[in-house]
Amino acid sequence: MLTGFAILVDGLVYASWLFIVAIGLSLIFGVMKILNVAHGAFYAFGAYGAATLVGLYFQADLPVAGAFAALLVAAVLIGLVLGSILERGLLRWVYGRDEVIVVLVTYAVFLILEDVLRLIWGSDSYFAYQPYVALGNVVVGDMIISNYDLGLIALAGLTAISAWWGLTRTKWGKLLVAVIYDREMSTAFGINVTAVFAITFLIGAMLGAFGGAFTAPKISVTPGLGVEVIVLAFAVVAIGGMGSIPGALIGSLIVGWCRAAAVHLLPEVELFVIYAVMALVLAFRPEGLFSRMQARKI
Amino acid sequence: MWDRTIFLLCAIFVAAVAGAFVMPDWAIFLATVAVAKALVVLGLMILWRTGLVSFGQALYFGAGGYAAGLAGLWLGLSDAVLLVVFGSVIAAILAWVVGLLLARYREIFFAMLSLAFSMILYGLLVNTEALGSTDGVNIIAPTFLGYAPLGAAQVRAVYLLTMASGLIAACLVQIYLQSTIGQLAGPIRDNEIRVEYLGASARAVIHLKVVIAGALAGAGGVLTALAVGHIDPEMAYWTTSGGFVFVTILAGTGSVIAPFLGSLLFETVRSFAMVYTPETWQLMLGSALLLTILFFPGGLWSLFERRRAGV
Amino acid sequence: MATPILEVHDLGKTFGSVTAARDITVSIPPQQTVGIIGANGAGKTTFVNMITGYIKPSTGRILFEGRDITDLSPRDITRLGVSRSFQVAQVFPTMSVLDNVAVALGIARRGAGALWRPLRTRRLLEDSQAILERYRIADYRDAAANTLPQGVRKLLDIAMAVAAEPRVVLLDEPTSGISVEEKYDIMEVVVGVLKAAGLTVLFVEHDMDIVERYAERVLAFYEGTAIADGPPAEVLHDDKVKEFVVGETLHRLRRPGAAVAHA
Repeated sequence: MLTGFAILVDGLVYASWLFIVAIGLSLIFGVMKILNVAHGAFYAFGAYGAATLVGLYFQADLPVAGAFAALLVAAVLIGLVLGSILERGLLRWVYGRDEVIVVLVTYAVFLILEDVLRLIWGSDSYFAYQPYVALGNVVVGDMIISNYDLGLIALAGLTAISAWWGLTRTKWGKLLVAVIYDREMSTAFGINVTAVFAITFLIGAMLGAFGGAFTAPKISVTPGLGVEVIVLAFAVVAIGGMGSIPGALIGSLIVGWCRAAAVHLLPEVELFVIYAVMALVLAFRPEGLFSRMQARKI
Repeated sequence: MWDRTIFLLCAIFVAAVAGAFVMPDWAIFLATVAVAKALVVLGLMILWRTGLVSFGQALYFGAGGYAAGLAGLWLGLSDAVLLVVFGSVIAAILAWVVGLLLARYREIFFAMLSLAFSMILYGLLVNTEALGSTDGVNIIAPTFLGYAPLGAAQVRAVYLLTMASGLIAACLVQIYLQSTIGQLAGPIRDNEIRVEYLGASARAVIHLKVVIAGALAGAGGVLTALAVGHIDPEMAYWTTSGGFVFVTILAGTGSVIAPFLGSLLFETVRSFAMVYTPETWQLMLGSALLLTILFFPGGLWSLFERRRAGV
Repeated sequence: MATPILEVHDLGKTFGSVTAARDITVSIPPQQTVGIIGANGAGKTTFVNMITGYIKPSTGRILFEGRDITDLSPRDITRLGVSRSFQVAQVFPTMSVLDNVAVALGIARRGAGALWRPLRTRRLLEDSQAILERYRIADYRDAAANTLPQGVRKLLDIAMAVAAEPRVVLLDEPTSGISVEEKYDIMEVVVGVLKAAGLTVLFVEHDMDIVERYAERVLAFYEGTAIADGPPAEVLHDDKVKEFVVGETLHRLRRPGAAVAHA
């Protein structure tokens, strides 16, 4: 049953990565009803920013432990900067418009940012492998599992718990939840929805960048990262439901395990299976597994 | 059936045919690809008028291209006209099946579900070694009723076929738009329940639109494949769908001529941008899109129309 | 006794623990004009919604010209010949008044199969114009439907419902939201057109004077069922109806010189 175990672990690792990447998108979608395609750019910028910062960090010959903080710092900075520019500079002018139009606006922004990325960092590959390598591996049977990947699982868990705590135990969090459930009602109750939107977008942007930053040590950071990731994040959010933390968790786990199963058992359907699940969920519960909106007309 | 638009389309077609004799090869190729893409945009326009945006037309574009390409490679079917018909029919059947579900959805969910279906095809194509995986495959050269042109003659033959397809498609869509069922687009978008209470089925109308748009995208896929000589999974990728949606917005949806004009302009600018400013092409496109969405929601065509009306 | 054009047998509807309608049995002969009255929540709208297919009844049958239409969709019911107008006028806001009627007429006439024919033929547009004139709203021909005054909107809504050339039309509060002066104008036009066309009309109404004037028969609803059924003179003075629907005090107010007692 080693394959079973491999699927379990691989699936969990992939799911953790997906969760960290998708949670920001889910939040923005849930609160603002915006399917933010530019989330892919937050991710990409986060990865590049992290790679650069880590590079600088190790050039300064600082201890490895701090590199993780560098990843976090990169994410927060990128998220804040990009997020504010986008939200204050562009999005707030289109809030009232049709949802699909807003998606197209974010797609346009994504395209622009892709080129900005290339203008800043060029087409070369960047690496930030040091944190990954530094943690080493653990050997289970004849499986080698990277400790960094295990760390990602823990990180995903931590993120989920913080998000849950933030949404249910803090004042701001409760306001966010209210807006997710019913924006009009929230306004009627005096909630400053504009402020909530701005804060949510910043948090979402930081989470997106966070996903990219913590992925950087695992991959070679090249142009085009964002394009693949965004559609995966969509799948997770579509499956789990918008604005739902448990939904994003379940969505990530479903996609993670389905993909892992495919990779180990029937590699030809690896990509197919993810989107097939997405289509299946959309077919039966278009709002996602954990959401409250009304999607179907008939 | 006297109609100003159909007259204009015929005039454009005649000019296009004449152009085959004087235009350089690169321009012929560009025009072919542009008009093939315009067919997909025509389908998106039909959906747009009823308030729906599909982020998954690449499904039919890819399906049409692969159906035709594989028919050539595996069955030896090389007649270009037959391939276009075959690809469209396959795409239409696929659209009919997908539409059974899709026609029940609206707004963002319609967009997301259409995206999901196109990514399913992408996933299948990428992970299938026999179909060339991410590299795709080259397809066999097309023939035209027995005539097997090569080189420049082949380019022109495909061009003429594409122009003819464009003319036929545009005219048929124009007739469709003037018909009662075509005129239900606005009412369905505005007040679907009322349409039901007047005795028409909004779902059935939308299903039909999905099929028409699918067939058009399929034809576009076949023609593109014939022009390029190659099919690959990217034809079904979400960014391809996104590209079609962009041209729809940039071109405007005010007339069946708009997709062709818009697509031609788009391809021309893109070709030049790729040569002179490849690093900033997406930046330009994204900006053009933002400007259009924010300030010119009617697209290119609305500017054109306004000038004509003297406003 | 002519075959009833519309019959309802033991009709009922429950939403969970709420009984919105129960034990409704009514038989309506062709070309009758029936007023439906009742307090809010009495079941009038549920009744109309069940007949027009918006809601499926929990019990009972609905027969139109002898045919069971209980489980049909609004679309099918409209096609068979039963139309409705809405309490909040349902029109196509961005389209002109003429286009609104043209679309309604187009759907009705082209039907399945002929939907490929062009919509705006000269004949269809002329007929649409004629409908506008019949309803006295031709002046608003080119105005967008969302710019219309309330009365014109309601007339448009009714005109669209009737464009489908039904044999039975249900009007849901045709004069609600209309100023007192306009109410009669609207009813005159509407009832005039509908009676001239030989239609059977059921209209839900809160204004008792309008009901008294235009209805040949009145159905009074209370707590989900019809508690009275007969000519207006009879029903509007029926004790139960007075108590539960019209209201004792209101009834007294309508008799000059009467003191208003507290119930």
